[in-house]
Amino acid sequence: MFIERIARGVLGSAAALSVITTILIVFSLLEPTVEFFGEVSPKEFFTTTKWAPLFRPARFGVWPIVVGTLWVSLIAILVALPAGLGAAFYLSEYARPGVRKVIKPILELLAGVPTIVFGFFALTFINPELVKRFWPVGNVGAYSALGAGLVTGLMILPIVASLSEDAMAAVPQSLRHGAFALGSSRREVCTKVVFPAAISGIVAATVLAVSRAVGETMIAVLASGQQANLSKNPGLGMQTMTGFIGAAGSGDVATGTIGYKTIFAVGSLLFAVTFALNVLSIRIVRRFRQVYE
Amino acid sequence: MSSQTLIDPSDDVSMSLASNLAPTRRLRDGLFRVLLFASIGLALGALAVLLLRTWFDGKGAVNLKLLENQPSERPQRAGIQSGIWGSLWVTGFCSLLSLPLGVATAVYLEEFARKGRWYNHLIEVNIQNLAAVPSIVYGILGLAFIARGPLDWGPTVATAGLILALVVLPTVIIASREAIRAVPGSLRAGSMALGATRWQTVRKQVLPAAAPGIATGSILAVSRAIGETAPLLLLGGLTFLTKNPSGLDDRYTTVPLLAFNYATSPRAELREVAAAAIIVLMLVLLCLNGAAILIRNKFQRRW
Repeated sequence: MFIERIARGVLGSAAALSVITTILIVFSLLEPTVEFFGEVSPKEFFTTTKWAPLFRPARFGVWPIVVGTLWVSLIAILVALPAGLGAAFYLSEYARPGVRKVIKPILELLAGVPTIVFGFFALTFINPELVKRFWPVGNVGAYSALGAGLVTGLMILPIVASLSEDAMAAVPQSLRHGAFALGSSRREVCTKVVFPAAISGIVAATVLAVSRAVGETMIAVLASGQQANLSKNPGLGMQTMTGFIGAAGSGDVATGTIGYKTIFAVGSLLFAVTFALNVLSIRIVRRFRQVYE
Repeated sequence: MSSQTLIDPSDDVSMSLASNLAPTRRLRDGLFRVLLFASIGLALGALAVLLLRTWFDGKGAVNLKLLENQPSERPQRAGIQSGIWGSLWVTGFCSLLSLPLGVATAVYLEEFARKGRWYNHLIEVNIQNLAAVPSIVYGILGLAFIARGPLDWGPTVATAGLILALVVLPTVIIASREAIRAVPGSLRAGSMALGATRWQTVRKQVLPAAAPGIATGSILAVSRAIGETAPLLLLGGLTFLTKNPSGLDDRYTTVPLLAFNYATSPRAELREVAAAAIIVLMLVLLCLNGAAILIRNKFQRRW
């Protein structure tokens, strides 16, 4: 029984480590963020619109990089939601088992591509060959939120597709059979039976995918540019929150300076947003999950 | 994950019904089908373009010199040797930490944790949340507490490995839990009926039976660690290091970090080297993913 106790103790402390990780994350963000707001007023941070924390004179209006993040995430979800949902419908309701067996691993492969690879693709192909060539508005340069958003959408597409497909697979066959027996076509079964029955899973998948897009760093750093730019034109380069953290953090910022603290303030904002999205996603699944017999 | 379709979707009643649909409905159904094909086509086509484009960008620089040369600003002499060694060291240390910890956590949650206790519920929700925390936030944690701050390990292999271990830990835990959960309860009941304790049952029955699933999940987690770049930006890995690391407290760089460095260099010729580094990275990941799929298909028993 002694060994049993030791085993339980050791395994339990391994599990507790994950909670400690979260606590450490919160603490690492909190202290410099509090110090940051001792030097920069929350009012300036949240309401002014000029972002230049590493320049002189330093300006700390966070809106431009928040809007940059919003543009990239919005474009990403506009790509990933319809295409991911379409792919899920196809795999769940249309594809023959043989075809499914080939396509699913390829989608998994897409999900396993490192983000640096997506970022390089956005920088060297999507931006110069697509955005620069075809985007009609403004003077498009090497960087654009649009290019970064399109490729981020490609990155989160497998998340939307595979989680939505899981939700669709959980819809019982009897519902489909009933609808077919009433004379529904396959499209009608998809849109009027499977989709409503799987909606909670699909929404949760979408929220999780948005959270991924908001937190995506390498594509933003490489392709969205390092110029904070509050603009209505997504074809232009815009720094995102993650883009700022990545760029400022990879330079040699001295500990304790205002630039160093700014990284943590933006990090806190990013963590708060993604955390809220993740909790929302988990809640949606718990609250609205239909349980079928 | 597995959708057990009772009917073959390709040839059931609906097809015969579809042929009797009124023309507008049939048109809509056809259109819907085309849209679905387009969605799949977009995903697969974009992946193909990405792979081909990177291949043609970098194939001229994929050769032994790339692997042998150290990083350099001069295109003819630019290589990724220190990055390869750095990736090996960092990923090795990361695996050494994350795999045992992840499997132990999974065993605890599946086999030892009493359901309904608040702390076990807390751990479960917490892991779900950690899995979705952006990796750059882990970089911030490393910057504040490990590279600088209390531990002050500096920009070393140990710092990078530890932070990557935390990044992939939720992946290992979730995959291992699924593998352990798939082991049927009758196996445990049989073992315990013969007088084995819980720990003996886990060690002799559950873990061996779950090993293929755990291995698959572990390989996928390790390949994620190999490709992970964002947190390392903050942990001092972004250098043209010309010396291979030879210990945990040495400075490091990794293959994806070098690819990033080459891609952002002002010299356009270095983009080819970046693409070549990415090809090397993708080949390694392809092999690992292939191995994972192979293990899953070959060794995973259905109960």
